[in-house]
Formats: sequence, structure tokens, C-alpha cells
Amino acid sequence: MYPIDPVRNQLVVSKLSDQFRDAIITHEILADMLCIIVSKDAIADIMHFLRDDNELQCNFLTTLCGMHYPDRQQFGVVYHLHSLQNNHRIRVKTTVPEADPVLPTITTIWPSANWQERETYDFYGIQFEGHPNLVRILNVDDMVGFPLRKDFPLEDQTREDKDDSMFGR
Amino acid sequence: MSEKQIITPTLADIPDGHAGQGFFATSIEKAVGLARKNSLWPLPFATSCCGIEFMATMASTYDLARFGSERLSFSPRQSDLLMVMGTIAKKMGPVLREVYIQMAEPKWVIAVGACASSGGIFDTYSVLQGIDRVIPVDVYVPGCPPRPEQIIDGILKIQELVGNESLRRRNSQAYEDLMKQYNME
Repeated sequence: MYPIDPVRNQLVVSKLSDQFRDAIITHEILADMLCIIVSKDAIADIMHFLRDDNELQCNFLTTLCGMHYPDRQQFGVVYHLHSLQNNHRIRVKTTVPEADPVLPTITTIWPSANWQERETYDFYGIQFEGHPNLVRILNVDDMVGFPLRKDFPLEDQTREDKDDSMFGR
Repeated sequence: MSEKQIITPTLADIPDGHAGQGFFATSIEKAVGLARKNSLWPLPFATSCCGIEFMATMASTYDLARFGSERLSFSPRQSDLLMVMGTIAKKMGPVLREVYIQMAEPKWVIAVGACASSGGIFDTYSVLQGIDRVIPVDVYVPGCPPRPEQIIDGILKIQELVGNESLRRRNSQAYEDLMKQYNME
């Protein structure tokens, strides 16, 4: 497992709290990694800060992906950052309402976010404002809907040979 | 090891016709069918585990060459049997269709395994629910994956179709309608 570094985690939290105050909603240690939940309006500024700060130096975006919380009517996006200099990883999460799933792009901060934001759009329909080419990347171009949303039907709707009674429903 | 088996070579069945001293006469249709069915050039379109079974089918133990199909073609233009083995994602569908269109007539298609036949266990948004949604299929081989014996059985069924096919079938109205159904000319 990834070793927990409490000093460095504390440094990240205190620096972000000083800089952004209300935008930092909460933070916790989840699966051995610091997880910071932030408000969506500040996400681009926070990412800029995490990359450019002399001490934090989160210069590598490991991954970016979507989440769906239907009971809260929210989508979420999780960003995993890695500071290669400090050998330290953090996780940043933010949520957007289902009705208006729009977030600023971070392709201007890490160009590697390009395809990952496209994938997130492809599967969850989250719009990344300012993305240079926000089109589907993995699914067929003419697909209707976003397949990893929880309300997307699990089974292919075009099959006629499946008799519900055979599946106990 | 058991004692050595003696394998006698088998010859293709002689079609109906008239035989005499030094000659044999039959219809051109039967002669062509005989030649075609015993020298199929398969194009393997292997995407997953069924492809591994196919490799076993081609290898020495099962040896598809015994049935005249030892020459695999990796160009669709020089093959007459498209063997689709494995899960076909929806995004792969147009590719498969293009490969089929590029094959010269006459051509046959065999869907090997549950995925190619019906989507199999992958009843989900990304998987084509059977290749017969994009191209016409002649023989389906069930199994997940099917054993090499089953694949050979499928090939024998194809051979039956090939051997008995009318030379005019590809010009018939029914065939044209079938192609139209798949939006091909």
C-alpha cells in the first residue's frame, strides 16, 4: 500500500485552507490517501495552485474520472494528483448538480486531462467548459445517453430473445 | 501409449454422375461445389478466447488442413469464409462490415462462440448483440468458447452449404433482398 505521510498531508490541507478557505469543503484519509473535497467553482484555481506551489509541486495528473450519486442528484469528478518531487499523492473531489453538470476544463493546467475529460464526458455527460475537443472517445459516436449514469439501462435494449420470466422478474 | 493407429486417407465423396472407362461426367454445379467446399480459404477475425480455440483447431492435433482449409488468408479479398471468433464491440461493427464487403463473392460467414452469435454474456451497452446485426451469417457455433471439435463441425456445416449451393444463388432475388436487408448492394 501507499505509505501515509501525515506531515505532508497536513501541509497540503493547511496551504489549501489558507488559500481557498470556504472552497475546501472537507478532507479525510481514504484508502491511505488524502482526499480533499472542494467546491466546483474553485476547482481550476485549486488545481493551478497545487501544480504551481513551490512546496506542493503536484506536477502530474494521474487520473481523472466521473462519479454518479443518484440519491443526491449529483455527479462528481475525482482528480488524482502526484507530486513526483515529493513522492506524494493526493485526491481531489468535486461535485456538480445533475441538472447542470458543468465544470471548467483543466486541460490548460495538465494537457493529459484532454482524453480523460473526454472519457468522463463520454460516460457521464459532464461538460468541461473550455475543453478543445469535447466529443466521445470510447463509445460509438451515435450512442444516445451516457452509459455509466446509474439510470442508464444495464442490458442492451435491442435484444428481443430475453424472456423476463426466465430471469425471475 | 496406445498402439499405432493406421489412418487411411479419405477422399471427397464422388458426386452423382456418369462414369465409364477413363471418363466421369457430372454437372458443372456439382464439380464447382466439390472444388469450392474442399478448398475454403478462411479469414480468421479473432478477437478473444474463441480465437485461441481456433488456433488449436488449426494446429496439429485437430488440424483443419485435413478439411482443405489449411491456407488461411489474412486479406479479405482472397478469402471465401469469414470466421468471426469472439466478442465484437459496437465500435468494431463497422470494421467487420467493411471486411465482409471487401470479400469477393462467393463468400460465407461462420459465427464462432456465444459472443459472435448473440453477444453472449456481454448483454451491455458496448457489445454488438450478435454479428448478424451487421453481416449475414451462414453457420452459428455455440459454446463459450466452443471446443475445436465444435468449430470443425461448424466448418463441415459450411462445407455442406458450399457444396450444395446453386451457382445462380448469388444472382437470385432472394440473395439481393438479403443484401438489401444489411444495406449492401
